[in-house]
Amino acid sequence: MKINVNGKDIEALEGEMLLSVLKREGFDIPTLCYLEGMAPSGACRVCVVEVEGQANLMTSCSLPVTAGLKVKTHSPRVINARKTVIELLMGSHPDDCLYCDKQDKCELLALARKYGVTKRRFPTISRDINMDVSGPSIVRDPEKCILCGKCVRVCEEVQKVGCIDFSMRGFKSRISCAFDSALNVSSCVNCGQCVTVCPTGALMENNSIEAVKRALESGKYVVAQHAPAVSVSLGEEFGLPLGKDVDGLMVSALREMGFKAVFDTSFAADLTIMEEASELAERIKNKGKPPMFTSCCPGWVKYLETFYPGMIDNLSTCKSPHQMLGAVIKSYYAKKEGIDPKDIAVVSIMPCTAKKFEIKRPEMKGGDFEDVDLSLTTRELARLINIFGIDFKNIKPSQADLPFGERSGAGKIFGASGGVMEAAVRTAHYLLTGKELAELKFEQVRGLKGVKKAKAVIGGKEIKLAVLSGLGNAKDFLDSLEKGLEEADFVEVMACPGGCVNGGGQPFSQNKKAVSERARALYEIDSAEKIRVSHANKALKTLYKDFLGKPLGEKSHHLLHTSYKARATKDR
Amino acid sequence: MSKVKEILEKNKNRKRDALIGLLQEIQEAEGYISGESVLEVSRHLGIAASKIYGVATFYNQFRFEPLGKYHIMVCRGTACHVKGSASALKTAEDILGIKAGKTTRDGLFSLETVACMGACGLAPVISVNGEFYAQVTAEKFRKIIEDIKAREKKV
Repeated sequence: MKINVNGKDIEALEGEMLLSVLKREGFDIPTLCYLEGMAPSGACRVCVVEVEGQANLMTSCSLPVTAGLKVKTHSPRVINARKTVIELLMGSHPDDCLYCDKQDKCELLALARKYGVTKRRFPTISRDINMDVSGPSIVRDPEKCILCGKCVRVCEEVQKVGCIDFSMRGFKSRISCAFDSALNVSSCVNCGQCVTVCPTGALMENNSIEAVKRALESGKYVVAQHAPAVSVSLGEEFGLPLGKDVDGLMVSALREMGFKAVFDTSFAADLTIMEEASELAERIKNKGKPPMFTSCCPGWVKYLETFYPGMIDNLSTCKSPHQMLGAVIKSYYAKKEGIDPKDIAVVSIMPCTAKKFEIKRPEMKGGDFEDVDLSLTTRELARLINIFGIDFKNIKPSQADLPFGERSGAGKIFGASGGVMEAAVRTAHYLLTGKELAELKFEQVRGLKGVKKAKAVIGGKEIKLAVLSGLGNAKDFLDSLEKGLEEADFVEVMACPGGCVNGGGQPFSQNKKAVSERARALYEIDSAEKIRVSHANKALKTLYKDFLGKPLGEKSHHLLHTSYKARATKDR
Repeated sequence: MSKVKEILEKNKNRKRDALIGLLQEIQEAEGYISGESVLEVSRHLGIAASKIYGVATFYNQFRFEPLGKYHIMVCRGTACHVKGSASALKTAEDILGIKAGKTTRDGLFSLETVACMGACGLAPVISVNGEFYAQVTAEKFRKIIEDIKAREKKV
């Protein structure tokens, strides 16, 4: 059908919302509560347009197109209305933007600038609600909240956690946990998907930038490790194209800041695969209760502990890769380099907010030290690079330090949903048959779909696989599993939709394209890699030969494996 | 079986649309909505506790603390407001050391604001355990509370 926008005829499809059409055609329509791919809520009112024949302005996000619709997107009346909406929102928003953690990423501030809000039209009234700094991963400042509801919808509809919701009414309306309890005692799994959709500074990661700066000047031997999904997203913070791999630049930047060594967590992803594939083989051999769940994702682990404690035994006992690497750095590496492990500080650069929670889990502490001391998100790293005045785009690239700089392509794809599964299948096949897979690429588990099922024949035995991303998909799968409607031997779960490439600690992106580009980049790196299977990683072989012995051995058990516990929360 | 369990048992097959009715029934039986009953309802209907809390706090009728021995309702309707119910309420809150919607720690008083009680001619109006008091200024409110306290001391 045809509709008319600002005097121009435009093609639209039956059932489409006006906003989707306008966005596709390149019209600049502001939004604050719009979530791509989800039903509109019409809460924020800044996407209003003038529709011929309608007395009132209409929210374009919730207006289905009809043939012959005549729309004005930037008439003076529309512009004025949008400006008023912004001014009203700012009437109950603290104006301490200078000190706000969200800085230039604030969508409210950007709109205020764009619509020429330069005067305080309405006196600012404080809603007087305390900040919640209780959570290890996420800080909530309800005063900065504009009640767009995106966090609530992501938490409830996408993740099916439902830890936060609107409470009270009128001016007292707020987003809160049940009983206004704090995040740290709630069912929040720290995935940070709420942070990635928050238009203002109301939801932010629990910032560790100062702590890292202090560590760097403490005289300690500070080492950094970076997760697979960081190098393909960090560039966005510096205006580089989506999906550009900035591994070398990032390593150099970290060295320049004063990190004594920079390691690649992908190495430890290979290590995880060796342990996890062995564990899977063992479970299958011993006829353990299927399925085995992956345990790399701390959001997923906490979700299972909180919502399905009866299935804890199905979780792989493997620590997540960066925890494994931390443990190996503070044992094997410390000894090799002659450094007292208590003088080492490990900083993990992660696409994730839940990692900040994971590093403090008491169950992780196998020895006298925490495996990892601090965890930064991709966003925090970008800010740290700016603080240190590094000309990121023009720095000379360099390679990660050995021995934990060597990685396989399999380790790198850990950052995308399906990557862990693909890497595990490559190695499990080798471990069980002694032969490499003829075709390494495992198409069925790739892509951003939330539920992917596949079968693999390994050593004459058919194994049922499932790859889930987005906790809502995981919940549905677990419910079916409990009812016996679903069967699987090995299940990969990542809390964030699409996996770590869409992690809660990744650069704020406005579209799904960023996520798919980041994933594409990971698979490209894999296909270009000489070594594409974890078990062929030479440094890893040396680590087993010189130190660990064999997968699932005594040392592994102590350093690389962990345990889980059912979690009581205030809202369950 | 607890009263809440009984109510839920009685409404075994109800779905999420039964939420408000269930909360009303629970408040009727227990005098308030406890955290534990929110969790019970959450498990029963499969609705997150945060959502139930959100619904319950949206409506003025739900309380989250047990009623005091003396339940004071302060009318905050238009007529009462014009006649000074705000300052009367403020005085009561100061004397009792609680905000409207709360119960004193000794369990003696609970305070609640309501919209119009329909006795505008007597504004400002309050009620204590259903008994109405007319033209309650701040001073009169103080006296009402102190009389109750004195009476309770004697007992």
